[in-house]
Amino acid sequence: MNFFTTFFIAIDALNSNKLRSGLTLLGIIIGVSAVITLMAIGRGAQESITSRIESLGTNLLFIRSGATSSFGFSGAQGSAANLTLEDSLALTDPILAPSVVSVAPETQLRGQLVYQRENSNTRLIGITPEYLSVRSFEIEKGQSITSTHINMASQVIILGPDVVENLFGFREPIGQTIRVNGRDFEVIGVMKSKGSGGFGNQDDQAYVPISTAYYRLGTQRTPQGEISVQVVNVKVRDEEATDAAVDEITNILRIRHRITDEDDFTITNQQETIEALEETTNTFVLFLGAIASISLLVGGIGIMNIMLVSVTERTREIGIRKAMGAKRRDILSQFLVEAVLLSLTGGFLGVALGLGLTQVLDGIKFGSSTLNTSFSTDIAALSMVVSGGIGLFFGSYPAMQAAKLHPIEALRRE
Amino acid sequence: MIDIHDISKIYQMGSVEVAALQNVSLTVSQGEMLAIMGPSGSGKSTMMNILGCLDVATSGQYVLEGEDVGQMNDNQLAEIRHNKIGFVFQTYNLLPRATALSNVEMPLMYGDGHNRRNRAMEALYKVGLHNRALHRPVELSGGEQQRVGIARALVKNPSILLADEPTGNLDSKSSDEILTVLQRLNRDEGLTVLLVTHEANVGQHTDRIVSFRDGHVVNDAPVTIPLTAGAGISSNGVDL
Repeated sequence: MNFFTTFFIAIDALNSNKLRSGLTLLGIIIGVSAVITLMAIGRGAQESITSRIESLGTNLLFIRSGATSSFGFSGAQGSAANLTLEDSLALTDPILAPSVVSVAPETQLRGQLVYQRENSNTRLIGITPEYLSVRSFEIEKGQSITSTHINMASQVIILGPDVVENLFGFREPIGQTIRVNGRDFEVIGVMKSKGSGGFGNQDDQAYVPISTAYYRLGTQRTPQGEISVQVVNVKVRDEEATDAAVDEITNILRIRHRITDEDDFTITNQQETIEALEETTNTFVLFLGAIASISLLVGGIGIMNIMLVSVTERTREIGIRKAMGAKRRDILSQFLVEAVLLSLTGGFLGVALGLGLTQVLDGIKFGSSTLNTSFSTDIAALSMVVSGGIGLFFGSYPAMQAAKLHPIEALRRE
Repeated sequence: MIDIHDISKIYQMGSVEVAALQNVSLTVSQGEMLAIMGPSGSGKSTMMNILGCLDVATSGQYVLEGEDVGQMNDNQLAEIRHNKIGFVFQTYNLLPRATALSNVEMPLMYGDGHNRRNRAMEALYKVGLHNRALHRPVELSGGEQQRVGIARALVKNPSILLADEPTGNLDSKSSDEILTVLQRLNRDEGLTVLLVTHEANVGQHTDRIVSFRDGHVVNDAPVTIPLTAGAGISSNGVDL
């Protein structure tokens, strides 16, 4: 039998029961659009997480001091104050560490910031001039911390945008004097916003020269009386050089710390963080897809159900067709084409609906977070193929039932 | 053209075997018009199903135009039904959603299928319904529906026309119309026509009556003076 004839018979049969075909279609439409929309939301979340981390710079290494150990009990990573300012200076050696471009040590403490009647408790970071370029920060207005500030341990401060909003509202912060832990600091600059997420809110912090943090605000020192830093940010030449850089840094620090056994510091690779996060978010995306696939499966069962009803209802028609010379495969293909036509139409409309939902949901705000969606054509194509397959799979049993009906019994049925 | 030798059809009803046909032999030659008669349960419907290749006999031999039908599988039987047999049913069995023309076209979809519309139109013309081609079955009278049924049986140019109680659901005027069409096809076009009926009057319109009772042929005799249907045919409004 001609394919087009079969096709038109199927369209005619589906047309003759519009409500029923429509409801069956709806099952597939909901399934496919759920897969597409949820996958788009998952992928969107994945992309925004990745891009946030990448905004910190992808060729970054973080060195943290190791854990304290007393009587065999390990403390938290970074609790041992054994990474010093001198260590970080040693890493800039171009001969021993050729892969390292720049080094930015930092030390963190909490500070109470007061301006007139407003006050704010925030994270203070003691930095060097390299910090901004290494961590991809930019000054919105005013100026950055210079080496003069470091040398003189000047009482100057750069504020994050959220801190500015808390203390100054719409007033001009540059040039104003605020009190930090009881000392007067001059506001010399405001950071450009980086957005929250990833590692906490990077807009709600303030920056002072690292020397000021030690001499004026007071931070830890090593047991030897040296100035300790909590984190050393290292910018590597490029991503390929990260492994080499890790080796170079490890060598330098082991020699400086006179270590023969276990390292007393840890080096974290930014790329590794991204990869680990991607792995996690992949699982999340797959999980979403799997949940949505269940509704697609239910849609497929709907097709099977309606095809079985259709075969029962049209038993007489099948009998007539068989008496007129229709073979098993003619009847089989008639019902299969009908099922696949249903599921493919549903798949197509589902992709369209999913695409629409993806566009509508993109950028919608839920409380403080924004929903990002990312429509992918591969998922759309896959959904189409899968829905076609579902029609074929769930349509084959009813079609087989129809094809193997005995003509005499089929004709006798009312 | 039909040569049936010693066939039996036995149904298994639970543990009991019921013989619907027992050792029946029948020969039908080309161009004959014959009636199979008998009360219900006599085996005439089973005979019809076997003749129409809808069913196969349990034993015996059925040769249709030189082909042994008894040994065929489902697909081959479908092929025979498509190429050689035209069915006319008591309840018409038209597809309710399709027009008369589409109903007549339907059997052609299972063959080579070229020029379907014209061939269907030609068949409708033969039964005088060419001007009702685009009506659906519900818009046609019983007699007209049955004529669509005959056109559908004719469209493939079958060797035999098998009519199972073709006038069973019709009033006498419509019955007459149907018998007129069948007689004309038999006498003018030489089509072999077999009809199953329990109405003696209908049987009298054929050349030969084969009577069944309890699965046996009890009588097989020619009709001495066959009646001619549609004496005042043109006044009936049937345009043939």
